[in-house]
Amino acid sequence: MSVLVYVEATDGKFKKPSFEAITYGAKVAAMLNVEIHALCIGEVSDDELKSLGNYGANKIWFVKDERLKNFDPLVYAKVITQVESQTNSDVLVLIQNFNGKAIAPILSARLKAGLISGAVDLPLMSGDSFTVKKNVFSGKAIANYEMHSAKKIIALTSNSIAPVATENKATVQEIKIELTDADFKLKVKEVVKASCKISLADAEIVVSAGRGMKGPENWGMIEEMANILGAATACSRPVADINWRPHGEHVGQTGLTVRPNLYIAIGISGAIQHLAGVNGSKVMVVINKDAEAPFFKAADYGIVGDVFEVVPKLNEAFKKFKSGN
Amino acid sequence: MKILVCISKTPDTTTKISFVDGNTKFNYEKVQLIINPYDEWYALVRALELKEKGLAAQVSVINVGLADSDAIIRKALAIGGDDAVRVNAEPTDAFFVADQIAQYAINEKYDAVFLGKETIDYNGSQVGGMVAGIMDVPFISLASKFELNGNVATAERDISGGKETIEVTAPFVISCSKGMAEARIPNMRGIMAARTKPIKVIEPNATEKLTSVKNYELPIEKAGCKMIAADNVEELVRLLHEEAKVI
Ligand SMILES: Cc1cc2nc3c(=O)[nH]c(=O)nc-3n(C[C@H](O)[C@H](O)[C@H](O)COP(=O)(O)OP(=O)(O)OC[C@H]3O[C@@H](n4cnc5c(N)ncnc54)[C@H](O)[C@@H]3O)c2cc1C
Repeated sequence: MSVLVYVEATDGKFKKPSFEAITYGAKVAAMLNVEIHALCIGEVSDDELKSLGNYGANKIWFVKDERLKNFDPLVYAKVITQVESQTNSDVLVLIQNFNGKAIAPILSARLKAGLISGAVDLPLMSGDSFTVKKNVFSGKAIANYEMHSAKKIIALTSNSIAPVATENKATVQEIKIELTDADFKLKVKEVVKASCKISLADAEIVVSAGRGMKGPENWGMIEEMANILGAATACSRPVADINWRPHGEHVGQTGLTVRPNLYIAIGISGAIQHLAGVNGSKVMVVINKDAEAPFFKAADYGIVGDVFEVVPKLNEAFKKFKSGN
Repeated sequence: MKILVCISKTPDTTTKISFVDGNTKFNYEKVQLIINPYDEWYALVRALELKEKGLAAQVSVINVGLADSDAIIRKALAIGGDDAVRVNAEPTDAFFVADQIAQYAINEKYDAVFLGKETIDYNGSQVGGMVAGIMDVPFISLASKFELNGNVATAERDISGGKETIEVTAPFVISCSKGMAEARIPNMRGIMAARTKPIKVIEPNATEKLTSVKNYELPIEKAGCKMIAADNVEELVRLLHEEAKVI
């Protein structure tokens, strides 16, 4: 028995969610007293693969196949099940991102493995059963899920566990997978890379703005703050609906759920549907001219004031802080 | 093309969440139940648009649930679904639900299964991929655009780090997110017509239970909001650095 962690590189580099997933897998493996394997599909340098070892992976497998260049969840799931079987893994860890959300349920159906999508903590183990915490009701509650199946899949929410670097060293090896052309039922016509430098789903800091900004022409100061802090930008739903900002920035119950370390809400009232998607953030700052805005009840730090006065001053203060550091 | 749209019953988005029986069950008292917004706004409406354009012959609705689901099923029919089937069982976990849907889609020879990208209660994003896995057909995950040309679908979907445009031949499963369609409000004629549309009730297949909820917790309340004067933004920067340690 062993633990298998599926990780992904972006442009040949691993990012924090991958290191978190390896750390998580290593902790689960330590609890079970078994080995941990990591799997990566695609073109990644040897050194980069080895870096996964620093977070506790024992063996790192990579799959090379030109046909796997583009993402197809059905085929990727087939690759992962073959590696799962070759490495004799009973516990699979993935990242709860766009690709993880597509692959994990297919694996669950294929392997008859219980799936917890969006785990936020390590499992509690008793006998063969795991109990895993996950956010439900769009972050308004947490559920403790029991996994009854022999094989188990956990898709980890980003920012739930801190990556721990160790002295551990891993071996890197290619693994042979059997795929036939008939497995590739899906034709990828085009791939467009996200234009923003920092992806909203993985961002540690999110600067978010709402209808209080009055119009799209005023977003310069929001982007400036994001630039200074190395943050991603987000918005409330009405702002995306009236096309002030792209749909991909819409957070909340019917948009993206984010869990950054810091969420700065500017000119957003804090409707229950908005809070649902952001209240997993560790620290929330609210800037709103209405002292009665519901968002203040959910916030850690608040400023009552006009965004057009507060934000430029705050940007200067952030800049000064960054240059002093 | 025959399309099967999956709808799930979820609490309204303004619901105050609470639990009963020692925090083991969701408290349904005074809760308004709605069609999961992703299922309704995007999956169902897009399927109906395809039918209106003559690209789909039939749009059926499926729900796994007990008789208290009939209200949301009627609403889906009022919006424009042709007929509906309810699998008469408590939806215990995602795999159970997916297995019921997949078996029905196979038996009744549906060409496409449409559903929302996730439900707003359990936020699993699980059922779609599981249905595809069980049916062994391609899974168009997290799609924001969808076009049909005969049996060939073109879709745009979110992938890690960007967007992918794909082409695939039916049968397939598609999970729908924002951008696919605009929400519709049922009109009087639709509501009247829905009254006489058939809702077939079938009994579930036996399926293994892979997961279950042991109990629920509510998030820890915040200690309260520290207010900072608008002319003292440096203080906020200091607190974020020294106290909260997030910058
Ligand atoms: C089914 C359903 C699902 C929904 N899902 C979502 C969702 O996923 N995400 C989401 O965000 N919303 C969602 N909503 C909408 C939600 O209810 C709110 O309408 C929305 O979040 C409000 O956006 P807002 O805060 O930007 O705008 P408003 O509510 O208009 O608030 C603007 C705020 O800006 C402040 N303001 C104005 N001018 C200034 C100024 N000069 N300086 C400082 N502050 C100023 C105001 O005091 C106010 O608090 C949903 C609604 C429904 C019914």
